[in-house]
Amino acid sequence: MPNMSKTKVPMPVQEPDVRNRNFSEVALGYTEDMAVEEAERCINCKHKPCVAGCPVNVAIPEFIALVHERKFEEAYYKILETNALPAVCGRVCPQESQCEQVCVRGKLGEPVGIGHLERFVADWYMKNVHKLIKPAAPNGHKAAVVGSGPAGLICAADLAKLGYDVTVFEAFHATGGVLVYGIPEFRLPKNIVNHEIDNLRELGVKLKTNMIIGRAFTIDELFEQGYEAVFIGTGAGLPSFMNIPGENFNAVYSANEYLTRVNLMRSYDETYDTPIMKSRAVAVIGGGNVAMDAARCAKRLGAETVYIVYRRSEVEMPARIEEVHHAKEEGIIFKTLTNPVRITGNERGYVNGMECVEMELGEPDASGRRRPVEKKGSEFMMDVDTVIVAIGTSPNPLIRTTTPGLETNKYGGLVVEDTTNMTSRKGVFAGGDAVTGAATVILAMGAGKKAAKAMDEYIRGVIPADS
Amino acid sequence: MVTITSVAPRRFFGMEGFKLDRQMFEVMTKETLNSMTKRMQVYAPHIANKARPGQFIIFRVNEKGERIPLTVADTDKDTGAVTIIFQEVGKSTKELGELEIGETVLDFVGPLGKPSELDRIGRAAVVGGGLGCAIAFPQAKYLFNSGTQVDIIAGFRTKDLVILEDDMKAVSQNFYMCTDDGTYGTKGLVTDVLRGLIESGEKYDKVLVVGPLPMMKFVSLLTKEFGISTIVSMNTIMIDGTGMCGGCRLTVGGETKFACVDGPEFDGHLVDFDEAIRRSGMYKDIEGEKNAQHVCRLEKM
Repeated sequence: MPNMSKTKVPMPVQEPDVRNRNFSEVALGYTEDMAVEEAERCINCKHKPCVAGCPVNVAIPEFIALVHERKFEEAYYKILETNALPAVCGRVCPQESQCEQVCVRGKLGEPVGIGHLERFVADWYMKNVHKLIKPAAPNGHKAAVVGSGPAGLICAADLAKLGYDVTVFEAFHATGGVLVYGIPEFRLPKNIVNHEIDNLRELGVKLKTNMIIGRAFTIDELFEQGYEAVFIGTGAGLPSFMNIPGENFNAVYSANEYLTRVNLMRSYDETYDTPIMKSRAVAVIGGGNVAMDAARCAKRLGAETVYIVYRRSEVEMPARIEEVHHAKEEGIIFKTLTNPVRITGNERGYVNGMECVEMELGEPDASGRRRPVEKKGSEFMMDVDTVIVAIGTSPNPLIRTTTPGLETNKYGGLVVEDTTNMTSRKGVFAGGDAVTGAATVILAMGAGKKAAKAMDEYIRGVIPADS
Repeated sequence: MVTITSVAPRRFFGMEGFKLDRQMFEVMTKETLNSMTKRMQVYAPHIANKARPGQFIIFRVNEKGERIPLTVADTDKDTGAVTIIFQEVGKSTKELGELEIGETVLDFVGPLGKPSELDRIGRAAVVGGGLGCAIAFPQAKYLFNSGTQVDIIAGFRTKDLVILEDDMKAVSQNFYMCTDDGTYGTKGLVTDVLRGLIESGEKYDKVLVVGPLPMMKFVSLLTKEFGISTIVSMNTIMIDGTGMCGGCRLTVGGETKFACVDGPEFDGHLVDFDEAIRRSGMYKDIEGEKNAQHVCRLEKM
């Protein structure tokens, strides 16, 4: 008899007033008993909508059934069949808009905590099993992956499982892409990411850091070096700014810079050399997950007041509900329907305030969301000494400007063929934010997976080179 | 003045030399140019093969260090050497300077930035200030070797800090030295020398300036007065060097540009130097603290 409780087994978390002063993980994970109890909520329905709701089609009911039977190791292998980064996905996937959104249990109460269970299985395995993963037998072919973020890592893992000699090139000194520079430690501990990447090494994937493809080697030179297909997963790394007066004052950061200083360069740890502003009052502009991450980092670094400044209302916020909820619990102040007009600075060039204007919602715009319109005469000053701009990013132009024949759209995203993710260049595939613009980790992984399959077919000649 | 401590045996291990994720970026040579400036050759063949004048690298000495950009001063494709010249002014550059031949730099990435546009220039004045001479030198060398008439104006605070004098003389038709205190060459600033040359009728198609921000500002103001096209090299605070952080942004002709991918070279007449000077000092207070914590390995012995 399944567990018919209408709510998920709650995930233990650090208390808000404790966690907003440390960088340790917020959610603490299920115990074995909690996991089994939650697994019993899955009624193992016939049509399994959750599997189709997952961009990498994890065999969700099967792995949950194994958790139910306390076969945690087997459950891990079941997930691993289609998802090389379960500990990451269990933490950062927006399950509420994917697998859990379509869960049958969600029709009467909360859906099954699929994300919580995935995370539990991955963490359990990490803690209890120390087996080396056997690399597949080499098939004699070489493939290159540019960028070691979620898209590239999954692509590399899937190719390695097929026996390819795969090399991943990363521009930074550390592998993981947005998983290490963007998503903060308290949401995704870096040792978890490193552990998952170690699994890839065991699969035989070679990872080369400090390599800027497009500069040190072009895509064409990679082919000359014997790589038969190349995957571009270079993400959407270029930060957008608002182009308002005062944006170049000291202590105005892009969220990318702020998060990179905090996460990758560990400026919260005194033993690291990375400097970061010691802020008193911080305004983070934007309403996405990145804005929430930046705000919560600022709070943890000791800022007394941290605002989220967003021009629409909370309903339109693109951030996950859970992230908004966590941010509020931690004392982040939400200034919605508020738009920055200019940033002011002192005589030394440091931020000393931000002028904003109140907004109201008008008619729906092209995105279907109601368009924010300025309320005349509602300008007011915010007392802040740091501003973090988190209004989005666009794809990095480095590769498209150094690779002849690569077609891009007007936003700078690489144009790819729908079913194969092949670009306008034969043998060059792409996926993730480099194609779509800023999206989610799991969508990038789905694209990396699709590309890996097509790269294999391309190299084996199933997709003719002259198609 | 230049002392070559010793030279590492030549080695080449190409792409197969990667150990785990990292290449071994070995210090091949190390020289002391003056009391605070060192020149190093670092083994990085994939960068040596590609780097062109004006481009830069980013290094990180150890796991807890900062990422610091440095302009490529020279390359040697045969030995795989990338030459860097740096002043030991901050914690990271001091730690770099303490590396011995045969030791390795943890991270060394490049080439970054756009190469200088140095072709089809008839006559150029290359102006270097202090350490800026290390960056001006490869440009002057490239111009000189491609047939441009090159005048170099090199300025230093005082005689003891003079670097690369012979190197610069070798790649210029005319070489002018000046020091702030008059201990060597003419007494005065590079702007004084350049103004003198222009007013005495010397004609330049292009002026290239590399040095401290205030120096580049005043040279640019001077050449604007005479309508001479001027290129400056902006060494800003940055993290990744690939356009990702935007920390290096500056205003050029009213538009925001990223020094790492749009530069590092820009039209000196369009750069907002006052803003760039303010931004360059963003972490001065914090840096001061970090610097004070650094203890030289020699002092620990």
